[in-house]
Amino acid sequence: MSTVDADSMIHAAGLRKSFGSFEAVRGIDVDVRRGEAFGFLGPNGAGKSSTMRMVAAVSPVSGGTLRILGMDPATDGPQIRARIGVCPQEDTLDTEITVRENLYIYGRYFGLPRKEVRERVDELLEFVQLTEKAGAMVEDLSGGMKRRLTIARSLINRPEVLLLDEPTTGLDPQARHVVWDRLFRLRQQGVTLVLTSHYMDEVEQLCSRLVVMDKGVIVAEGSPLGLIAEHSTREVAELRFAVGENESAAGKVEDLADRVEVLPDRLLLYTADGEETVAKVHERGLEPVATLVRRSTLEDVFLRLTGRTLVD
Amino acid sequence: MAAPSPSTAPANDLAGAGRLFDYWLIVYRRTWKGSAISSFVNPLFYVLAMGVLLGDYIAGDPGQLEGATSYLAFIAPGLLAGQAMQTTFGETTYPVMGMIKWQRVYFGMTASPLSVRSVILGHLGFVMFRVGLACGVFVLVMAPFGVFETVWGAVLAFLVQFLVGLAFATPIFAFSAGLKDESAFALVFRLGMIPLFLFSGAFFPIENLDGWMQVLARATPLWHGVDLTRMLTLDTVDGSAALVHVVYLVVLALLGWLWAVRRLGRRLMS
Ligand SMILES: Nc1ncnc2c1ncn2[C@@H]1O[C@H](COP(=O)(O)OP(=O)(O)O)[C@@H](O)[C@H]1O
Ligand SMILES: [Mg+2]
Repeated sequence: MSTVDADSMIHAAGLRKSFGSFEAVRGIDVDVRRGEAFGFLGPNGAGKSSTMRMVAAVSPVSGGTLRILGMDPATDGPQIRARIGVCPQEDTLDTEITVRENLYIYGRYFGLPRKEVRERVDELLEFVQLTEKAGAMVEDLSGGMKRRLTIARSLINRPEVLLLDEPTTGLDPQARHVVWDRLFRLRQQGVTLVLTSHYMDEVEQLCSRLVVMDKGVIVAEGSPLGLIAEHSTREVAELRFAVGENESAAGKVEDLADRVEVLPDRLLLYTADGEETVAKVHERGLEPVATLVRRSTLEDVFLRLTGRTLVD
Repeated sequence: MAAPSPSTAPANDLAGAGRLFDYWLIVYRRTWKGSAISSFVNPLFYVLAMGVLLGDYIAGDPGQLEGATSYLAFIAPGLLAGQAMQTTFGETTYPVMGMIKWQRVYFGMTASPLSVRSVILGHLGFVMFRVGLACGVFVLVMAPFGVFETVWGAVLAFLVQFLVGLAFATPIFAFSAGLKDESAFALVFRLGMIPLFLFSGAFFPIENLDGWMQVLARATPLWHGVDLTRMLTLDTVDGSAALVHVVYLVVLALLGWLWAVRRLGRRLMS
């Protein structure tokens, strides 16, 4: 346990965080290794940000063990922060100075020489496609551009681990895809990514491994496909009946699927072959207003494990 | 191409604060025009209205004016210390809240290798720069009016303003760092700064205040700053009184520092 492992980026055992009498993180075990793209998937209030802030060495641990790059944040906070990159949930940019200035000053915080910072700023502006906005005030940027600027800023010290807390929350679909594309490139370059999200598609696209978090604990761990295989069926048939008829319809189709979930607006039938199941539903004379057959996602895994949906 | 420089943790809090120099330089370049009016022009209005015009009606009696031979010479040190105080109030109230709550810039700083202490030191460094600039200009403009008895007195009176500034800066910074919203600032200015400026011996000798009013006035940091400054500009230094003033201001600055580190630390690293 105490052996120095150069490829251990994050090691947490029984990690806890309390605020007064409230426990936001209630004993989680996480290990992230070099080159991984690791995700924390969970709804609002699951304890993702609290965990990320402890990992970023800006929030003292309330219990358990935490090592970042083999170091203890309680004693080596500045050393840890020098080697990681952080994209916090809420932006911390100075909106009254320019895009370029924000990057430049941040490089200076890491003790980098001025000339070198300037070179890196140019490269990073290019990387996040903000070269044309270099002289713009940050307050004039769109949400997606600010997010990309924050990502660029988190890379100024060439971090060994990049922590991203809800990197695309609040962005429109197009802006999200631009951010995902940049993160995917980083992943390909071998940067260790650790991200949190309450969007299952984000985690599915970007992460090789994830934990599902709910109410301060980890409820499942694995690869996206592994978790789906373990906790769900291959396909899902979604049936939408007229208002108020979902409940009664559920009783009539129960035996057609491995499992049936009743949501306020639709039924989910978990099954290996969705089309076949829908056909059988029709054979029984039931007429849903709409049907949809899709593959299982992490959303279904979350519903299975917690009885709730990720995004409310 | 040369190998990239490693990013490092600063050797100590002061070195960390040094890494904030470029940031504060950028902030200054963006804001100096706005601050120039309050720093340079407003004090001159006071000099003109109170020192010159109002002063015309006041006899230049050293016995009545703590040794000053004109009203202008009496209030010049008061205005100088008041200037240090006002500059400090301005820089450690709304701007501090903005850095925590509105723009969250401090959170960005402490996500880097910089410590909470470095963040405070950096900001205080900027406040002292502003104090030095505002007070330096004031001293230079006032010099031709003959309000300084000696050159050394003028230089020391200028330097003392950094101490006056710090004695206000650290406790107000601490106060601001823990505030949840800005509504308290209006009170801080109206019931704190303005009465201090009016009743701490800047405009009239505090012997004129009765009983507890005078006791209260003598307990304020601004009075200690004003009296110390006036001793230096009028060349009437009383060693033991000066020592009390300096100790008072140093202790206040240190207590404020400890409080600031605690309050900001709780806010940023909880
Ligand atoms: N500074 C704090 N003080 C008190 N409670 C907090 C604080 N930060 C977070 N919490 C609470 O801890 C829980 C987890 O929050 P958070 O870690 O932000 O979750 P997530 O990022 O998954 O949405 C929430 O109930 C939140 O209200
Ligand atoms: Mg969060």
